[in-house]
Amino acid sequence: MTAAAPAKLSNLGNFTARVVGIGALVLFLLVAEILIQTGAISRFIVPPPSEIIGSFYRIITQEHVFSRFLLTAGECLTAGVMITVFGIAGGVLMHRFKLLQQACETWVAAMASAPVVLMYPLFMVIFGRNVWTIIMMGFVAALPPVILKTIEGIAGTRKVLVNVGRSFNLSPAQQFWKILFPAALPTIFVGVRLGLIFALINIVGVEFLINYGGLGQLIEDLAERYDLGGTYAAICFVILVSVLFFMALEKAERWLRPVD
Amino acid sequence: MPAAGSPSDDAILVVDDIVVRYETAEGPITAVDDVSFKVRPGEFLSVIGPSGCGKSTLFNVIGGLLSHHQGVVSVAGETISGPHQSIGMVFQEESTFPWRTVIDNVAFPLELVGMARAKRAERAHYFIALVGLAGFENRYPGELSGGMRQRVSLARTLASEPKILLMDEPFAALDEQTRLLLGDKVLQIQQQLKQTTLLITHNITEAVQMSDRILVMTYRPGKTKRIVDIDLPRPRTSEVVSSVAFGRYVAEIWSDLREEASRGMQDEESYVLHHDGTAS
Repeated sequence: MTAAAPAKLSNLGNFTARVVGIGALVLFLLVAEILIQTGAISRFIVPPPSEIIGSFYRIITQEHVFSRFLLTAGECLTAGVMITVFGIAGGVLMHRFKLLQQACETWVAAMASAPVVLMYPLFMVIFGRNVWTIIMMGFVAALPPVILKTIEGIAGTRKVLVNVGRSFNLSPAQQFWKILFPAALPTIFVGVRLGLIFALINIVGVEFLINYGGLGQLIEDLAERYDLGGTYAAICFVILVSVLFFMALEKAERWLRPVD
Repeated sequence: MPAAGSPSDDAILVVDDIVVRYETAEGPITAVDDVSFKVRPGEFLSVIGPSGCGKSTLFNVIGGLLSHHQGVVSVAGETISGPHQSIGMVFQEESTFPWRTVIDNVAFPLELVGMARAKRAERAHYFIALVGLAGFENRYPGELSGGMRQRVSLARTLASEPKILLMDEPFAALDEQTRLLLGDKVLQIQQQLKQTTLLITHNITEAVQMSDRILVMTYRPGKTKRIVDIDLPRPRTSEVVSSVAFGRYVAEIWSDLREEASRGMQDEESYVLHHDGTAS
């Protein structure tokens, strides 16, 4: 068997997995369509998939969904960059200064599970009814997992790798950039992924609550008008934001660390 | 008695009166007690002893990773008090960087000294070929076997061109056949580079196969029991293991170690019984 044969088999496996994945989604939509059309599920609660698909053209042409999509994606991107920069820096500092870690880690962990979204009135007072309230809500809610996972990743670096660095007489900065950081990257990325989920939930939630632009406001608006097809179609765009960010993150991780 | 390292001798590494004590819940424990020896340039010296005799502690002291010890370690007359560029360490555990390719792993020490990219690639290729991994330059450690990964670690250490190669049971996790073959590779490299080497091991076969001298340590506290000269012909390969002289050396060292290993085993058993609460 030539070396190309396993690669062909692997490509075939990937293709089959994609076909099965898309097939499962199509099957799910078909089953939902049948259940709703036959009245097993009330169409006044969940619209049939055909109606949702039919609503796409309408929300694109009449509801300016692309500009709203760009606004929400931009808010997510800003919050994502902020949680990455400040979360990793915070985690590194807390790992470096044990007193800081002992003093704050419990608070950070508690904040990770707190319903930060309820603090939106306070953020509106601080930042006003504008895009920064939304971004900062996403940022504050998403920061804890990045900090905690950064600490975990650095602390979990195998001692022998640290000793290799010491044996080569690395400075503390070299030890961090050449060993601790790359060793911790997979765990840090878990934190950033979690952070992005938290950020997206909070950003869309606050857009919804304060009725200020973006997909969240569109969902709120369409739901108020009882346009169920449009509401679900707008939710699909929120899912699209999530998918795009996860794909970008995966690319970034593979670029920074090609193998685990 | 002269000091272990008088300036007049030609030793490149002098280990003089090393004592290491640890505080434990059961009280202070002396892990290494008054260990002294010298290594000549180009010599292959092994330190052998039973588990718990302080071999790895001694490895960390000589490598500069452990600072709370008494005594002196000097390289070429210079007393060292921490990790030193003259000593290259190969660790027992798998220590390649999984996020770097083989060539980037090996080029790591060259990158640290700011060597130009082309030059360090050339040097890294040389050391990769030296350990027999030519063709694997762009593979990641995760794609290699345990023995190959240890060779990458060895090449990385050799690339820093240390005066002394310090290895702590580098083949401990490998099977016997791979261990013998890698022993051959290390011997070949050591003879080719005339590399001064200090091997910490508990494997008698490995020690006799490769060494010019073997320092036998006692069980806790780790002291020098005796130093055995290995008078086997060089260049040497793993074929030497079938010779009568090899068997004689192995038997001789085992008779030294047996008593120490038994003491270690009894000590462990009484510790387990005592802490298990099942002692009668």
